[in-house]
Order: sequence, then structure tokens, then C-alpha cells
Amino acid sequence: MKFEKKHILFLIGAVLVVAGLAALPLALKDYGDGLLLGLFSYITLASAWALFSGPTKYISLATVAFYGTGAYTVAVLNETLPFAVVLVVALLIGLVISLLVGLATLRLAGVYFVIFSFGLAEMVRQLITWFETRVTGTLGRYVFVDLTTTHLYWMLLGLACLTLFIRWWIGESRLGLAIHAIGDDETVARHAGVNVTLVKLALFAISAAIITLVGAIQSPRYVYIEPSIVFSPTVSFLTLIMALLGGATRTWGPVFGAVPLFFLFEWLSTNLPDHFSIVLGLIFVGIVFIVPNGVLALIEGLFTRKRRGTRT
Amino acid sequence: MSDLLTLRNVTKRFGGLVAVNEVSFTLGAGEVVGLLGPNGSGKSTVMNLISGELPATSGSITFDGTDIGPLPPHRIAKLGISRTFQLVRLAESLSVRDNVIMPLAFASPHVWGRKARRRADAALERVGLGGQGDMAPADLNYIDQKRVELARAIAPDPKLLLLDEWMAGLNPSELRTAIELIRGLGDTGITIFLVEHIMEAVRELCPRCIVANAGSVIADGPTEAVLSTPDVRRAYLGEAADV
Repeated sequence: MKFEKKHILFLIGAVLVVAGLAALPLALKDYGDGLLLGLFSYITLASAWALFSGPTKYISLATVAFYGTGAYTVAVLNETLPFAVVLVVALLIGLVISLLVGLATLRLAGVYFVIFSFGLAEMVRQLITWFETRVTGTLGRYVFVDLTTTHLYWMLLGLACLTLFIRWWIGESRLGLAIHAIGDDETVARHAGVNVTLVKLALFAISAAIITLVGAIQSPRYVYIEPSIVFSPTVSFLTLIMALLGGATRTWGPVFGAVPLFFLFEWLSTNLPDHFSIVLGLIFVGIVFIVPNGVLALIEGLFTRKRRGTRT
Repeated sequence: MSDLLTLRNVTKRFGGLVAVNEVSFTLGAGEVVGLLGPNGSGKSTVMNLISGELPATSGSITFDGTDIGPLPPHRIAKLGISRTFQLVRLAESLSVRDNVIMPLAFASPHVWGRKARRRADAALERVGLGGQGDMAPADLNYIDQKRVELARAIAPDPKLLLLDEWMAGLNPSELRTAIELIRGLGDTGITIFLVEHIMEAVRELCPRCIVANAGSVIADGPTEAVLSTPDVRRAYLGEAADV
């Protein structure tokens, strides 16, 4: 690939923005720190989710299965291994689970995959609950790590950048063509020489590994962890709805969906905690009806219509 | 003429239904051969067996020295077999050009970047869609979508091109253009195997044809001779038919 002027300008801009974001905690109090951490957690989750589910149209509700697995890995290992090593272990566990699950399920089409992925999250949660109560004898675990919220935020910021970079790279590569074609018509992709199973499996694994890492990095923030906390299905639904709002097939779509919705949900959970689920449901329905292709597509559509309008 | 594709005793069963029954034939390199037969005679199934979309129940399929029977479609495509589909199938979320680039990007060795664009545009030009690479497939009419399919099929320079009723639904003038287009492809030495109902096209394009009925090959030979055998006329045109 040839580097053009716009690439360099973009790179400079990106470095400045990321540096600014990294410096933000210096200006914020503890609450602000936590907010930033949560925000980048969802930006990364939504982007990682869209990495696989956006173009392939395999709607996954398994997000929290991997997120929770990551969080639990840290909870189990944080006293015996350094944090960096724990993260690597979490990454590997996420990869292995996703490859096994992917091999077994990526032949399922449409609604069957949705149901399966939702079931997977519940299954992992029940397995861990069973294991903790029967074998280890303690359901809850404490996570004490010698890291501040700011450290965790920097990790998530880095992971978010990496996720966006991977999505951009896929979009520029042959893989981008392949996944879009797979989402449209797998038969077409296969007959064009695309190893459909391999591509789906690889993307599912990359997406799941990133999600597992997010869970692992978030883990110390919970301090006390038990399955009902880190395997809450709300995480899967929020991730999905954020990606859909922004537009799951676009690189920046999930970011534009995650930012407003994260603050909205944050506001709701403090001001309307009892009605949180109702509002969440309404927003879900609203997004599907009003912006099925995401706000970015909507805005782009308005602009092109305007331009066409002035030309005629 | 060397053999490019050989089917030997190929059978395909769907449960109790035998769609293709002990079919054997050989295509020589550079031949243009028609596959005829009434609806339900197993023509499309034969296409799907060759392209790997369906696995054969028994029998062997050899392409260019390789046993492709057990291979999945993406491996068969890489060996140099391209196809079009009976009902147009395009990747709707990709531009017309990207649809054509895809088989190039996943050919072996693969072609990507500016070179792939150039070859895709050349293929589009060839099928009469020059300059329309940036369109979305949904913005094209049915005939032009069929052209995109053909461009996609010929872009990677396949050794064997499978056309599954590619000319169905064309009006007379479009049919003329289409016949010339396919003839031009045949003249470049590419082997073409086509399922077609339009007799005019078969007579003009295919020196040889194979006729299937109820899953079996009932005739194989020079087109005019094959079309006038009693068996074929009975199967194809009904008992009392007269041409």
C-alpha cells in the first residue's frame, strides 16, 4: 500500500487525539476516570463485536460469555501471576473457547446462531457457578491488583486503538471483500475461492479474544466478582445496540454508537435505576425501526441527497 | 484434444430421489458443450457437482488431472473453474467492481490492488459494462446483473466456465449480443459448459451437446445429430412433437 498525504495527516491527527485522551485522567477526578474506563470498555466491545457480526450478519449475544471469562480469569489468577501474564492467559482462553465454539456453531444460520450465542453465555455462567460452589467452595472472589484506574484506562485506550486499527486493516485487505460477501451470500463467496469457514472462524476468534481482554482489564474495577455480576446479559445487549446505532459495517460506526449511548445509560442508571430495562428496550426498538443501518449511514445518506439535490 | 474434465459414473441422491444417475462424460480442452434436458432432468445438479456446491454420492470427477470430487467449492474455484448461477447471485453490499475483484483476490496466485482493479474493469468492459464498476448491483437491471456475473466468472481467466442458463430471460436483440459474447469467449480457447434451454443459442454456440433426461445421459455427440435422435425428441419435446 502506498502512503499518501491524507494517510500521514490522519496518522498525525490520530496520535494527537490519542495523546489527548491518554492525558485526560490528569484533569479528571476519580469519578471521571471510572467513566472514561467504562466508555472505552464499551467502545472496544462494540467495535470488536462489529468486527465479526457487522459484515457477516451473524448476530452474537455471546459478548458477555467472553467478557465474563476474561474477568474471571483475572479473578482466579491475579494473586499468583503478574497482571500482564494474566492478560495473555485470558487472551489465550478467549481464543481457544471461541475457536471451539466457532467450529461447532458457525454453520448455524440466522436466528439459530443468535439463540445459541445467548445460550452460550448462560452456559458458561452456570458452569463457573457450578465449579465455584462444588469444587472451590466459594462463589465470590476478590480482585486486588496494584494498578490504578488510570492504568486500566490506558490499557483499554490502547486496546480500542488496536481494535479500530484491525478493523481498518481488514477493510483495506482482501479479507474485507470476503466477509462482506459472506454476509451477503456464502455460496457466492465460496465459488469465488473464499474459504468461508476459515474466514468466519478467524474473525470470530479475533473478536472474541478482544472482548475477553476487555473483561480482563475491567476485572480489577469490580473488586468483588461473582458470576451474576460479570455474566450479566445486559453487557451483550448494550454492546449490540451500540454497534447497531452507529452502524456495524463501518469502522467508526460502533464508536459513534457507543459514546452517546454509554452516557445515556450512565445517566439512566443513576437517575432512573428502576426503569433502566424499559428504556433500554424502547431504545432498542427505536434504533431498529429508525436507523436500521446506523446513524453514520443515515448522515451520509442525507449528505449525498443534499449534494444530488444541488446538482439537479 | 486433451481431456479437461471427466465425470465417471457420477450419481447424486437426495434421500430417495436420484437426481443424477451414473453420469459419465468428458470435456476436451477448448470445447464448447451444451447440456440439455427437460426441467428436473438434473442439469443444474450436474453443474453443482462440478463446481463443488454439492458433493456427489458416488463416482469420480477429475479436472485437469486433479480429483475434485471431494474438494470444497473454494478449492475448485482456485483450480480454474468459474460459474454463473441459474438465478443471479451477487454480493449486494459490494460494488459491481468489487464483486468482480473478489475471485481475483482469492485466486491462486491472488491478484490485488491496482492490478485487480484493472483486470476487473477489463472484464466488465468485455461484457459491456465498461465504466459501471462503481455502481451497486441493486442499481442494475436483471440483464446487467447477469453480465456482472459473467464478468466475475471470466475475470480470473478460468480454464472451465460453467454457465447455468445464463441466457434465459433475454429479449431477441440481447440474445444476439449474448451469443456473440459467449462465442468470443469460446474463441479465446476457454472451455465452456453451458446449460441452456434456448435452442438457437445451443445450435450456434455448441458443436457438441449432451442431453440428460431423468438424471441420465441419453445422448452425447454433434449437436444436430443429437437433436434429431428419436430419444431426445421424445424426452425434450414430447411424444408427438415435430420440429
